Amino acid sequence: MIEIVNQGIGSSFQDLGRFGCTHLGVGRSGAADRPSHRLANRLVGNAESCTTIETCGGLTVRLHDSAVVAVTGARGTIDVRYGRPMAVNGVEHTPAGAELTLRSPEEGMRYYLAIRGGIEIDHVLGSSSFDTLAGLGPQLSTGARIAIGADPRTPIVTDAGVRLPLEPLLHISDGPRRDWFTDEAWLRLTTEPFVVSASGNRVGARLIGRPLERVRIRELLSEGLVEGAIQVPPDGQPIVMLADHPVTGGYPVIAVVASDDLPSVVQARPGSTLRFRQTSG
Amino acid sequence: MRLLPCGAGAILAEYDSLSEVMAVDDALRRSGLDGIDDVIPAARTVLVTYHHVDRAALEMLLVPAETALRPEGPIVEIPVVYDGIDLDEVSEGTGLSIELVIATHSATVYSAAFLGFTPGWAYLVGLPATLHLPRRSTPRTAITAGSVAIANEFTGVYPTVSPGGWHLLGHTTERMFDVDRDKPSLVMAGDRVKFVRT
Repeated sequence: MIEIVNQGIGSSFQDLGRFGCTHLGVGRSGAADRPSHRLANRLVGNAESCTTIETCGGLTVRLHDSAVVAVTGARGTIDVRYGRPMAVNGVEHTPAGAELTLRSPEEGMRYYLAIRGGIEIDHVLGSSSFDTLAGLGPQLSTGARIAIGADPRTPIVTDAGVRLPLEPLLHISDGPRRDWFTDEAWLRLTTEPFVVSASGNRVGARLIGRPLERVRIRELLSEGLVEGAIQVPPDGQPIVMLADHPVTGGYPVIAVVASDDLPSVVQARPGSTLRFRQTSG
Repeated sequence: MRLLPCGAGAILAEYDSLSEVMAVDDALRRSGLDGIDDVIPAARTVLVTYHHVDRAALEMLLVPAETALRPEGPIVEIPVVYDGIDLDEVSEGTGLSIELVIATHSATVYSAAFLGFTPGWAYLVGLPATLHLPRRSTPRTAITAGSVAIANEFTGVYPTVSPGGWHLLGHTTERMFDVDRDKPSLVMAGDRVKFVRT
């Protein structure tokens, strides 16, 4: 069993997401930085679909039993009370009673904490993910006590960590409404830096740059959105859709970020810079 | 029909009418085409996301059949108290009296075209043209759950508290979305909906 001693900031249970529910208006959600979530599980020998805790830091967890744990994603200090200190992207055997505190990250935004056996939390519509937009899924709060699953009896393999670039270059391809924008807007998007705004969240990363202007100013009827879509509201400041994006949206999508590059957006800190490069085809 | 790019694993098809969208959505769901992850119909578009797909077969399915209309689903009755804060504005915008706005809205049997925006939000079509109004120029930041509203060719009910730019006609106490029910969404695509004035 584990106990949430302090829920910290932006902490939630996540797995690989909620599938097959868009007909209910419910999106995928799931770990925003999926490669880091998967790595955390692999490091402790879990199936990649096991529930992890995603957090922006400040989280303290008490492990009531001895456990095997791993933290991935952002880089920062992990304090261990009643146990050995531990590092990001490592595997640690912690004694019963140990308390882990994930300090505010020094690089990146979101950590993933996995525990061997998996966190056993109720599923809602087939997933343990908390969807921040829909308000759907099990809630993580201070004081909660959560069961850990049985040892999976799998070997533990060491694995390469995800390295975060300082100024990520993101590959984009044409979005469905590229022709709603001026040539100048596309040139800006593919040549100029964009700064990550502090108002972003799991729904979308908001970027600040010179505005992307439209040729067409009529209203767009809502249409389906993909993860990585770059939506541009009337103010011309792009928003990259992330894990909890709405199923449909009413602003034109100028471009789509390649899925391999999305973790770099998820982990980009407010004030940091992103650049986009057009992929061929 | 126009095919629009949408990243490596998706395609967005655009149509002239909602009935074409509904026909294509229906055809895609019944096709069982291998490798499709999701089909998301909307007002004039169908988004298809896929893992791997026979692109030629997919593009053929995206061409709407001539007369394929969705069979009529069950009727869901939703009791409404017509006390919305936008009744005056809607009356002014449409040139109809408030009484006539309410009578028109509650006399129609709507059909749920697709779900989107937030869980349980069904876009209902069939709104008489006399009630068509563009969305409010400035959306409200918080609309109460259960609010019954109209915008453009649609009417719908806000399932949860959310921002929104539709015109509010009234409210219902029905729960539009509840994960603990066998059928979490009260209204599903294909259902017909009748608002009953109470």
